[in-house]
Amino acid sequence: MNGAVINLGYLGASALFIVGLKGLAHPRTALRGNLLAALGMLLAVALTLFDRRILSLQAIAVGVVIGAVLGAVLALKIQMTAMPQMVALLNGLGGGASVLVAGAGLLERQNGGDSALSYFTVAAAVSGVIGAMTFSGSLVAFAKLQELVTDSSTQFPGRRVLVAGLGAAVCGIGLWLMVTPDPHTVYWIVVGASLLLGLLLVWPVGGADMPVVVALLNSWSGLAAATTGFVLNNNVLIIAGSLVGASGFILTQIMCRAMNRSLVNVLAGIAPQGSTGQGGEDPYVGRVKAGSPEEVALLFDVAQRVMIVPGYGMAVSQAQHSVAHLTELLCSRGIEVEFAIHPVAGRMPGHMNVLLAEANIPYELLKDLDDSNPLFEQTDMVLVIGANDVINPLARTDRTCPIAGMPILDVDKARTVVVIKRSLSPGFAGIPNPLFAAENTIMLFGDGREMVQALLKALKEGP
Amino acid sequence: METAVLGLTIFVLALFAGFEIITKVPPTLHTPLMSGANAISGITLVGALLAAGSEQDWLLSILGFVAVVFATINVVGGFLVTHRMLAMFREHRKMES
Repeated sequence: MNGAVINLGYLGASALFIVGLKGLAHPRTALRGNLLAALGMLLAVALTLFDRRILSLQAIAVGVVIGAVLGAVLALKIQMTAMPQMVALLNGLGGGASVLVAGAGLLERQNGGDSALSYFTVAAAVSGVIGAMTFSGSLVAFAKLQELVTDSSTQFPGRRVLVAGLGAAVCGIGLWLMVTPDPHTVYWIVVGASLLLGLLLVWPVGGADMPVVVALLNSWSGLAAATTGFVLNNNVLIIAGSLVGASGFILTQIMCRAMNRSLVNVLAGIAPQGSTGQGGEDPYVGRVKAGSPEEVALLFDVAQRVMIVPGYGMAVSQAQHSVAHLTELLCSRGIEVEFAIHPVAGRMPGHMNVLLAEANIPYELLKDLDDSNPLFEQTDMVLVIGANDVINPLARTDRTCPIAGMPILDVDKARTVVVIKRSLSPGFAGIPNPLFAAENTIMLFGDGREMVQALLKALKEGP
Repeated sequence: METAVLGLTIFVLALFAGFEIITKVPPTLHTPLMSGANAISGITLVGALLAAGSEQDWLLSILGFVAVVFATINVVGGFLVTHRMLAMFREHRKMES
């Protein structure tokens, strides 16, 4: 097929990607948007098969079948609570594919004695570095989210020096790549160094910082595809890749702002600094009220407005379906129920929303930080399920604490706050939460799902 | 040099388009946005196909083949899991009925 026709088709595919992403602006149009983007991909792939440079379809067919089966099984089997791992893994594979394709492109040009080699080697170097860092970084993120690696084992002295040295080495090899007569060999050296760099960068990041890293890797996987587009001189790769790069970058920014941290801080593994205690005195002694599900059920009976605040604890205990039953029951009794969702609740952007959607909770009930904060003052009861740092009022009041200035959900302004939590242990920031000892707070100690189910039982049986 | 400038032009314009579109995505859809965008970044599949089918050099074919597998997992898995998630988002009236 004519090259111009193929390129026109690529233009169509790029347009479909843009229209598809635009559809994600609203849950009503999102499903169609995703289908349009998939159609764009199908178009691009189908047209490529007509390229006259492709001589044999055998290897392609085998590769596509293997990939499609693995991808489909993964997508259909994965649990919604494990979505962060899934996205991390897919980011990594995308980055890995970019590394291989850029390497192949470079080899092809070198074999063909391309005269404009220097420009392509620059592009290949960038693509190799970003792609390799995405690949290894994502695999580390995957291992951590899947809890194959524990957070405590990941700090070691001298890491920052090592990262700086390795970064310098990657830059140096990158420059070498541009002048050497055999760029293909040097390409794989820079890829190797970048793999190590990606690994070391993500290694110390843990727990609540995960959303930042997953979003960042998402951005990199896009940039890797875009730079590979430069190597192959292929516009659809450049366009699609930069769209994804922009998307991941915006999400990374949103996550950093929601935690009041800088990207550099997160990647440097610098734990938020500040005083973690209040003069060594136990802030909870004698002031925490532990309640029972029956007591809390009585409170629900007189409430008119309830806000539910889900956190990572809800995902861990798979409580979303029980929460949905509770919501239904409360709604059927004429109580207004809404959800207040902090941007970094869970382990990736939007994690809680997907879990609640899975449990059939309509998306209109899910409020973001800005929409929910004005509502708490008129709320009779807030039910917190497995969240901690994102509702810690110290962020507002204590300028010296590690999370000072972080935007939080002002649940303490509600009439009554019920917190379902396993224990009083601190969250990721490592500081006590005075909310737990507040006058209007009742603690329900236990597993998220079990407690919500106990609440349901108590509500059904009534006083 | 001209190729480079042309590519850079497209790159920068697409970045701007991306920023404009993505800022309008509500937080409730951020997870499907990530997986969907991720599937789109599997566009490297196009390059992988070209390498895998070229029969020019065995190393090229191997690189291409592995890239085809990786990118296809990325594309198929990404779009499918996004579809699965988005199909779960429903409006209020459907819950009450």
